[in-house]
Amino acid sequence: MTIDWTNFTPWAALAGGILLGLASAVFILVNGRILGISGILGGLLRPSAGDAGWRVAFVLGVLAAPALYLLVVGPVPATIDAGWGTLVLAGLLVGVGTRYGSGCTSGHGVCGLSSLSARSLVATLAFMGAGFVTVYLVRHTLA
Amino acid sequence: MQHRIAEFFVGLLFGLGLIVAGMTDPAKVLGFLDLAGMWDPSLAFVMGGGILVGLGAFAMAKKRTTNFLGGAMLLPTSTDIDKRLIGGGLLFGAGWGLAGFCPGPAIVSLGAGQPKAAVFVAAMLAGMAVFEIVERRTSAA
Repeated sequence: MTIDWTNFTPWAALAGGILLGLASAVFILVNGRILGISGILGGLLRPSAGDAGWRVAFVLGVLAAPALYLLVVGPVPATIDAGWGTLVLAGLLVGVGTRYGSGCTSGHGVCGLSSLSARSLVATLAFMGAGFVTVYLVRHTLA
Repeated sequence: MQHRIAEFFVGLLFGLGLIVAGMTDPAKVLGFLDLAGMWDPSLAFVMGGGILVGLGAFAMAKKRTTNFLGGAMLLPTSTDIDKRLIGGGLLFGAGWGLAGFCPGPAIVSLGAGQPKAAVFVAAMLAGMAVFEIVERRTSAA
């Protein structure tokens, strides 16, 4: 294992993580809801009466974040190497997988682990494990 | 209305957290998932920071019967560890490893005007719609 020290940003990662924890904490305590992006988005695809407003408000906040960041700090760094076909396949897998697995990195990874849920721990190990294996296959066996 | 404002600002805080953390850069995410290459362990600190704050909040949440705005506490009730949970997690992880996007960061990148993020989000919503349709058919049958 070789550590990529040039790109290693533990403090920014920790600070960002704390912000994510704060957002999750506010959401569960103030609104009584789990901050899980895939569940929030997925629920928009089956609108039941009075249930869409909070989801839309939340998603609008997420969408507005890069504009605020641009004003205060600068453009959001993003290098997207995946081609169009890969993006479509990846998007489909993420969409289907997060709904069947009842959550993603936010719902299971931050909220679920914070509430010491065994179910979320299993889900997190499954998606992290699959992520590690997929990158290994793509970068070190197919490439 | 105060609910909608609160939800908007939580979304904003969440989006900013993802940006600051580096989660919105697929190259960084893939660097974290690439154990056999030049491994960038940074993103482990994201989950660490989130859980650090989350532990206290969820311990408090479990003791409450109402939220601060007076509504219900909508905590998950399922404890099932089944094929759906594991299979779904594996599919999600494969997609995450292919493009470096998970749902939250993809929405942030869409907000930043990245065309590639728009394609990813469209496909992700299509995948979620497939789930809804299949679920509705199975529950109707």
